[in-house]
Amino acid sequence: MEATSSELSAPENGVINKIRVFFSRIPVLGWLCGALAAVLLEQVVGRQLALSIGLPKIPALFGFTIILKYPVLIPSAFLYVFIIYLLPVIVVARFCLTPANWLAGKLMNISMQGSVLIHLVLLYAVLQIWAEVSDYRDITLKFTLIAIMVTVSLNVINGYMGEFSCSHPGFMALGAYTTSVFTVSLFVNDSQFGQALLPSYMGPFFFPLGLILGGCVASLGALLVAIPSFRTRGDYLAIISLAFMFIVKSLIENLEFVGGPRGLSSQPNWANLPTVFAWTVICIWIINNFVRSIIGKALNAVRDDETAANAMTIDTRRTKMTAFMFAAFWAGVAGGLFAHVLRYVNPSTFGIQKLAEVLAMVYFGGLNSVYGSILGAVSLSMLSEALRPLELFKWIVIPLMLILVMIYRPTGLIAFKEFDVKKLIRPKPNPGDEV
Amino acid sequence: MAFFLQNLVNALQWGSFYALIALGYSMVYSILMLFNFAHGDIFMVGAYIGFGVATGLLVIASQWAIALPGWLTLVLTILLSMFLTSFLGMFVERVGYRPLRDAPRASAAITGLMIGIILETIILWGMGTQRVGFPSLIETVTFNVGGVYITNKKIMIVAVSLAFMLALHLFITKSRWGMAMRAMAFDFVVVPLMGVSINRIAAMTFAIGSSLAALAGILFGVAYPVLDPYMGIVFGWKAFVAAILGGRGSIMGATLAGFLLGFIEIFVAMIFPSTLRDLIAYSIVLLILVFRPYGFFGEPYSAKLRL
Repeated sequence: MEATSSELSAPENGVINKIRVFFSRIPVLGWLCGALAAVLLEQVVGRQLALSIGLPKIPALFGFTIILKYPVLIPSAFLYVFIIYLLPVIVVARFCLTPANWLAGKLMNISMQGSVLIHLVLLYAVLQIWAEVSDYRDITLKFTLIAIMVTVSLNVINGYMGEFSCSHPGFMALGAYTTSVFTVSLFVNDSQFGQALLPSYMGPFFFPLGLILGGCVASLGALLVAIPSFRTRGDYLAIISLAFMFIVKSLIENLEFVGGPRGLSSQPNWANLPTVFAWTVICIWIINNFVRSIIGKALNAVRDDETAANAMTIDTRRTKMTAFMFAAFWAGVAGGLFAHVLRYVNPSTFGIQKLAEVLAMVYFGGLNSVYGSILGAVSLSMLSEALRPLELFKWIVIPLMLILVMIYRPTGLIAFKEFDVKKLIRPKPNPGDEV
Repeated sequence: MAFFLQNLVNALQWGSFYALIALGYSMVYSILMLFNFAHGDIFMVGAYIGFGVATGLLVIASQWAIALPGWLTLVLTILLSMFLTSFLGMFVERVGYRPLRDAPRASAAITGLMIGIILETIILWGMGTQRVGFPSLIETVTFNVGGVYITNKKIMIVAVSLAFMLALHLFITKSRWGMAMRAMAFDFVVVPLMGVSINRIAAMTFAIGSSLAALAGILFGVAYPVLDPYMGIVFGWKAFVAAILGGRGSIMGATLAGFLLGFIEIFVAMIFPSTLRDLIAYSIVLLILVFRPYGFFGEPYSAKLRL
């Protein structure tokens, strides 16, 4: 998000503008170094600092929970966030400014892929060190990453293709159950499927296979929604996809061999942070390439005017089918990961509640934009964790916020913006040099 | 045969709930071209308002020592709650839909969903998590007609629903306001230029739809006297399915499809194990939509629809 502000640098005076110009010169590499410094600092002195300023433990999510639960501790929580996160990030990013810009430029010149890889490794390091502090952070982070996958893939249908599809929880359920059945029946001794067929050390190698299998089953299920979509769209398609979701849920509830309404448990613990992170990165990468490819442009054409798109030699049927199956595949993979993070699945997880959550993330973040989906998924899942102490009122605060966003920005916060990795990681020269 | 007729009676009762709620979806759709996803929760709030009004009336009657007959209490409850819930409908329209009239339709769908969640939370907060029992206002009398057991409540529910549907039909076809509504449904761009206020018509549509939902809520409370804050979700989405199945914006279609959905659900539960009810009912819906993609009375997708 910081990356976008460089375009806005107008030659104005004033403190706010100066600050903005100052920040706009920091490349992503610099921010990542700052974040790394902050999480390392937390690792080293976080506990002592938290205890010495009166906090019971390291604040799990930037102090939100503590602020809402114990108003007396608000100053301490703010102090903690300032000392541990804000200060190091800003200071390191500021002092890294010149070397980071230089390094980013050099890396870009040597190899684009290498540069992206280094950024990703840094990002992963930040997340890993941040999550090591507590299991709660670890699991929140994993769910957030999975939410990103689901949201980005739903954006392919709802944003890029402009249909109102309600079937994503159904695809997730298909993926979750397929992957779970695959792993549990092959690698776990349990009462449902009997003895393990393969030794468990082979499991982590087969896990990606299971996820892909789950994704494939989900895309086969997507055919059930995609084929009716040839003849109809809009509200009827919404209903077809909704019916599909209910059918999947009801089907799983009636399948006794996967546990029926009781759900399926004892999934092996293979969905650790690196796995989930890797899958999320792959998912974003492939989806981003997909929506920027010719098929992605065809999706936009179908959204804007189906008849005209057809006249322009776009095979609308194939386009719709591809989009549905593709999005469903990633929803299925996300569902498989979800099942293995939670290590329990239950058909009622994939109901209207999940649907409202995913739709809210897509429309909050922004249609037709990968940035928007990432922002929507991260902010809503973090918010719903951070506001947990509000209990019931969380479900008034979050919907109200969404309503306001819808009223003032009907297409979402960052809509119709291309996710350009090259633009994101390039060095930020002086605003003066740029013109 | 008696078994079949027994289920037919149940299906009529079940279908009238769906039909009453589906009417609200369909009317709003015909005017504004969008579905009010908060409608299921308006139905739920309507049932709770009915509960509040009925309890209040019973308390007043006992305080002032008035012998209020049960049927009169019920009539008063229905009318008062419908009146009160219509304000809720207008409020939802004013807050959630009017600012978004020119926005993409999906955004309005999101606001609707979110208003629904807020309504659920408010009820959950005000009434607690435990279910509340709807006061029984009239006594159940069971008639045995050739082996079929019919209660007076079932007759009352079906009769009242049909009466209100007929009244709605007359209102839309005969009155000036109804004519304005039909005109607005025909073209919501030109008709406002003719001096019909779209805001007033939209507010009225929401008010009528919400009061019908409140009626459904109270009748549901009479038939199954247990209310919980999440009952709007199940009923709302099923009625939404019925509204689409009937053909969007078609009042007649919504009524018929509401009853049809009731029949499908009851008869599926009669023949198959009841856990398969949703599976088979939705599969039938899916099949119907594959072969009749625009519902029973709907028109094909037209350029009039905004994204």
